[in-house]
Amino acid sequence: MRSIRLAIVAAAAALCAASAQAEITIGVSLGTTGPGASLGVPYKNALQLVPKTLGGEPVRYIVLDDESKPDGAAKNARKFVSEDKVDALMGSTGVPSASAMAQVAAEFRTPLIALTPLPPLAPDRHHWTFVVPQPTELMMSAVAQHMKGKGVKTVAFIGFSDSWGDLVYNAITSLATDNGYKVVTNERYGRADTSVTGQVLKVISTTPDAVVVGGSGSPAATPQIALVEQGYKGPIYHNHGTVNLPFIQTAKKAAEGAIAPTGALIVAEDLPASFPTKAVSLDFVKRYEAAFGAGSRNGFSGYTYDGVLLLDAAAAVALKKAKPGTPEFREALRDALESLKNIIGTHGVYNMTPANHNGEDERARVLVQVVNGEWRLLK
Amino acid sequence: MNGNIALWLVQDGVTNGAIYALLALALLLVFAVTRIIFVPQGDFISYAGLTLGTLQLGQVPGTVYLLAGGGAIVALIEATAALRAGKSAHLPRIAVVQLGVPLAIAALAAWAAPRQIGPALQLALTLAIVVPLGPMLYRIAYRPLANASVLVLFIASMAAHYVLTGLGLVIFGGEGLRSNAISDAKFDVGVLHVGAQSLWVVGSSLVCMTALWLFFERSLYGKALRATAINRIGARLVGIPTALAGRLAFVLAAAIGALSGILISPITTIYYDTGLMIGLKGFVGAILGGMASYPLAALGALGVGLLESFASFWASSLKETIVFTFIIPVLLWRSLVSRHPVVEDEEE
Repeated sequence: MRSIRLAIVAAAAALCAASAQAEITIGVSLGTTGPGASLGVPYKNALQLVPKTLGGEPVRYIVLDDESKPDGAAKNARKFVSEDKVDALMGSTGVPSASAMAQVAAEFRTPLIALTPLPPLAPDRHHWTFVVPQPTELMMSAVAQHMKGKGVKTVAFIGFSDSWGDLVYNAITSLATDNGYKVVTNERYGRADTSVTGQVLKVISTTPDAVVVGGSGSPAATPQIALVEQGYKGPIYHNHGTVNLPFIQTAKKAAEGAIAPTGALIVAEDLPASFPTKAVSLDFVKRYEAAFGAGSRNGFSGYTYDGVLLLDAAAAVALKKAKPGTPEFREALRDALESLKNIIGTHGVYNMTPANHNGEDERARVLVQVVNGEWRLLK
Repeated sequence: MNGNIALWLVQDGVTNGAIYALLALALLLVFAVTRIIFVPQGDFISYAGLTLGTLQLGQVPGTVYLLAGGGAIVALIEATAALRAGKSAHLPRIAVVQLGVPLAIAALAAWAAPRQIGPALQLALTLAIVVPLGPMLYRIAYRPLANASVLVLFIASMAAHYVLTGLGLVIFGGEGLRSNAISDAKFDVGVLHVGAQSLWVVGSSLVCMTALWLFFERSLYGKALRATAINRIGARLVGIPTALAGRLAFVLAAAIGALSGILISPITTIYYDTGLMIGLKGFVGAILGGMASYPLAALGALGVGLLESFASFWASSLKETIVFTFIIPVLLWRSLVSRHPVVEDEEE
């Protein structure tokens, strides 16, 4: 229903705006309902806080709901490019949905700002797609380096029995040799499993120096609780999917001490003054919490915001070459995105190259730890 | 794998198995009395767990709207039936029982939620909110189809399950909840640290099973249910109303589901859709027990719990596959030894 209503509003807006040729149009597809809704809503919230212009030109965002489904995202993307003649696409909130949009972006030669990490893409899709979130490997490298510093030699893995568990497992195994540890278990559990005692006993029976959990949100609390209950004393590491409030609310006292990598904005206040993104992160977090309530900060809204910052910087360059709404402008926008340097976002600093369409580095992640029921910067 | 780990796994398996056993009994009871395979059983687990968790957060659980709405629908159905039968004198009673009572419970919950009323009252309130949903579901979804075939009833069950899960997502949202344990105490028994909550689970299951046994052996209603289960037509001939038996079976099933939800919600995170998987495991237990004998079903469910626990140690990624694969040999064996495979449908 909502998507239909939005579509009607969008169509009406498109008719009214037909005369204002110079306006830049961005088509945004997000999963604001369906299984990904708890992520999709903050992604969408951020659009209330973004500037009203891109590169100095007025901008119009058309936001459609894809119900967290890849076919919905593909349909929205096709509608954006064929009916609304958008200058760029943004979205979506799940890996399969964003992948579906990347295909449309390549087909219609329109730049896509992807809001989830993507697996390596085919050359034509890579050409048009720019990925805002940090790659899983970049995030997990913070964990790997921390473990190296602590002298960790054996690491037990327990994670979701789905593609997210695979992504995290692959990241920590590929980083193993460089950081001098061995991954000794690959235990899996389902998001809705009622007990992980068996897996956790297996983990503990290998007496690992550290445990890495490949879960996200509140289901990541299940092994955390079981490990603490079974008396595991070593450090427990998570990933950036776990850095939210539901994890702490679910694990309660057992969450204390859990370590995870995340974008800097989550702990904006704790950052040293010299941290490159401090000003941008802090400003965004303050405005977000003013609009959506104290403690509502999250990484997802920061991805949308950073995506807009990238478009803003690229549009300033592209507007000198062509008029919005033309294929030439889309081409120029893509070229400009690819050569962006030192764009400071809420999550990190972006330096794009033709080979690297994410462009973030170590400055895009910090380690945080649960202290007294809150995520705090690990010093 | 050493002795200690095996003991731990057994403890975990028995705790889960006790819940599965309760659910297996409820499924078997409903099936025997009404021939309904009660798929929505699991939804009552989720509803109860989430209702309790929401109450503990000091918020009004969304299930009260279901209770009030369900009561209104049932009252409407009953009132229409009474008017058609020309018994308008029944209307005030219908209004009080079907609409007044649920509304009173809902109002009580709304009043009590923001006040910290203590764990025992929260448990009682949770049961009072969730259990009446069972007979309401029976009246709305199953009673009109009471004489349909097992297959049609099963399809209605699936539909009811999807509706309940969808409503669960609407009223509780996608995030999970874990309620506070009745007691945080731990006991050291040899190498085991046995949590008080696990003892509560096993103990309550045993009490519940004994109570069920007494109910069926000693009380008139229990005997009526057994008679209906053994022979529906015969029971009707001696004056047992089948509708009453059905409603009673659903009250019991909903109560068992709600109790299971309350018992496990402190040891696992409950989501709006958690119940289905737990309910299915109970169903596997009932099938392992041959879908006929209560003690065998309880044993079968205990076996599922243990199997699951050991499977999660040895091959965690194949855990569910291992558990559900066990249905196949049992079904094969059942269809080989059973001489009257379709007898249930021919009765009516």
